[in-house]
Amino acid sequence: MSETPGTPATPQAAVSNGEHPLLEIRGISKFFGSVICLTDISTTVRAGQVTCVLGDNGAGKSTLIKILSGVYQADEGQLLMDGEPVHFASPRHSLDAGIATVFQDLAMIPLMAIWRNFFLGSEPTKGVGPFKRFDKETAKGITRKQMLEMGIDIRDPDQPVGTLSGGERQSVAIARAVHFGAKLLILDEPTSALGVKQAGVVLKYILQARDRGLGVIFITHNPHHAFPVGDRFLLLKRGKSLGDFAKDDITREELTQLMAGGAELEELSHELEAGGAQSARAAQVLEEEVKELGMPGGTSAGRT
Amino acid sequence: MSVTTAPPTHVDERVASVSFLRRLLLKPELGSLIGAIVVFLFFAALSSTFWSASGVANWLDPASTYGIMAVGVALLMIGGQFDLSSGVQLATAGLTTAILTTNYHLVIWVSLLVSLAVCLSIGLLNGYLVMRTGLPSFIITLGTFLMLQGANLGLTKVITGTVQVSGIDQEPYFSGAHAIFASQVNLFGQQFYIAILWWIVFTALASYLLLRTRFGNWIFAVGGDSNASRNVGVPAGRTTITLFMGVSFFAWFVGNTQLLRLTSIQSSAGLGLELYYIAAAVIGGCLLTGGFGSAIGASIGALIIGMTSQGIVYAGWDSDWFKLFLGGMLLLAVLTNQLVRKLAEQSRR
Repeated sequence: MSETPGTPATPQAAVSNGEHPLLEIRGISKFFGSVICLTDISTTVRAGQVTCVLGDNGAGKSTLIKILSGVYQADEGQLLMDGEPVHFASPRHSLDAGIATVFQDLAMIPLMAIWRNFFLGSEPTKGVGPFKRFDKETAKGITRKQMLEMGIDIRDPDQPVGTLSGGERQSVAIARAVHFGAKLLILDEPTSALGVKQAGVVLKYILQARDRGLGVIFITHNPHHAFPVGDRFLLLKRGKSLGDFAKDDITREELTQLMAGGAELEELSHELEAGGAQSARAAQVLEEEVKELGMPGGTSAGRT
Repeated sequence: MSVTTAPPTHVDERVASVSFLRRLLLKPELGSLIGAIVVFLFFAALSSTFWSASGVANWLDPASTYGIMAVGVALLMIGGQFDLSSGVQLATAGLTTAILTTNYHLVIWVSLLVSLAVCLSIGLLNGYLVMRTGLPSFIITLGTFLMLQGANLGLTKVITGTVQVSGIDQEPYFSGAHAIFASQVNLFGQQFYIAILWWIVFTALASYLLLRTRFGNWIFAVGGDSNASRNVGVPAGRTTITLFMGVSFFAWFVGNTQLLRLTSIQSSAGLGLELYYIAAAVIGGCLLTGGFGSAIGASIGALIIGMTSQGIVYAGWDSDWFKLFLGGMLLLAVLTNQLVRKLAEQSRR
C-alpha cells in the first residue's frame, strides 16, 4: 500500500469566505499496483451547490468517494477544503473535517426504531455514573425536528426503519449526517435502487440539503437524475475524466450523450451481435438509438 | 342521516397504516403474555391446587431459576448470538464453589468469587472466539459445551473420587451464602424461595439496560446488523463479549443457588437446560436471528415453562408429557415471531 508520508494530517478548520470552494479536488490519481484506478481527476464543490459525479460501473466513482471519505489516500494530487490543503489519513479525519458519506447500505438496522437508528453510536445520555442513561426524549425530539426540516413528518419515531420506504430511509441517513455537523455530504448512488417516484423524493432531499447550505457530491450513473439537481458535473470513464462542466456549459442532451455516448452504445451492440441471432435484433435497436443520439436535440429528454 | 363530505382533517394519510393492532403486535412480549394466561387458565381449570399459595410457590420456583438464565440468554440472542454452554456452565459454577470449599477448605465467599472468575473467563473465551473467528456461535459454544461437560465430570472424579460433591453445609459461613442465594421468605403462610425476588430484580435491570441505556441500543444494533453498527462507531466486539459474559454471570448465580439449596451438586447438573433457556427466550419473542426481543418476554417464557412443568404433575398426568407441551409451544411461538418479523420489516415501497 502506498501511504503518502509526511504531510500533516490535521485538517484546518478554515472559515469559508465564499472565495474558495468548500472542497477542491486537484489532479487526484490513485493506483493499486499496476492498475490505474483514477488519473488526474479535478472538480470543485461549493457550499450550497450540488456536484454530480457520473460514470458507468468501473469508472472509478467508488474509488473517488473512498479517497474523499478517508478510506483510501490519493497517490497524486491534492484535496483542498476552504482553500487549505488537507490530508485524510482515516475516515475519522474526513468526518472531523465535516465530510459525511452516506453509503449505499445506509448503515441502518431495519428492525430498530427510527430514533434509535438516528443516534446509533452517538447516543445522547443524561444522568451520572450508574444512572447514566440514553436520553430517549431528546433523541426522539431531535429526530423528529431534523426530519421535519427535511420536509418529512415522521408520524411515529418508534416505527422500525424497515417499515420506511427506500427514499425515506435515505432521508433519515441524510438528516443524520446533517445533524452530526456535516458541511459536505457525499451520497453514493442514492437513487440507483429506487423506483421513479422514490428517486424523485431523494432528489428533493438533495435539493433541501443544498438549500441548507451544504455542499453535496451526488454519485450516480443516471444523467436524468443528475441534470435537474446538479450545478456541476464530473464525468468519469475508466478512471479518466471526460470533463468537468458547470451547468451552463452543458445541455442535458450532451450529458446523456457523453454518459451513454455513441461509442459506449456501439460497444454494447457489438457485444450483443456476438451473442447470436436472438441478440442481433436487440443490437439493431441499439444502433438506431446511437443514430438518434447522434442527432443534436434528438434524445427523448423524459426517458428514465 | 345526511352524508356530508366533510373536508378531510389535515392528518398524514399514512398514519392509518400503523394501526394500533400492528403496534401492539410489534411488542415482543405480547405473544408470550397471552400464552402465559392461557397456560395458567388451562391448568387452573384442571386442578385447584395449581392456583393455591403452595401451588404458585411450586411453579414459581423452577420458573425463577429458568427465568434468571433466560434473561441472560435473551440479551445474548438479541445481540445475535447463542450460547449452548449456558447449562453446563451452571454445573461448572456450582462444582467449583463446592470443591474449593469442601475439599480445599477455602472460605465459601472466596470460593464463590473464584467460581465467578471461572465463569466470566468462560464467557470471555466464548465471546472472544466468536468475534475473532467470525464463526457461528453455535459451533464455538458447542465446543465449549462438550469440553465443559467433560471437564465437569473428569475433574470432579479426579479430585473427589465421586461424581457428586456434598457437605458444603458443614463449612463455616454457609448460612450467610445460603441466605443470599437460597433462603425462603414467608408470604401468605407459604414459603417462597428468594430466587423469585432475584428473578424479578434481574429482569427489571435487564429491561432497563436494554431499553434505556446506550449499551442496550448497541445490543439491538449488533444483533440487527453488526457490520452496519460498526460503521457508525458501535464497539461491536466489546458488546458481544460482554453479552457472553452476562450469560456466564447468570450461570454462576443459578449454579450456586442450586448448590446452596441442595447442599450438594451433581457433575451432570444443568445438562440439557441450555435448550430450555433458548426456548424461553424464543417463546418470549426473541428472534433467533437477533436484533429483536425483550427480557420481560424471556421471563414470561420461563414462567410458561415453569407452570407447564408443575401443572402437568398437578393435573395428575405423567410428567413425560411435559416436553410434548413445551415443544408445541415453542413451535407456536416461532410461527408467531415470524409473522411479527414480517410486519416489522415490511417495506411500503
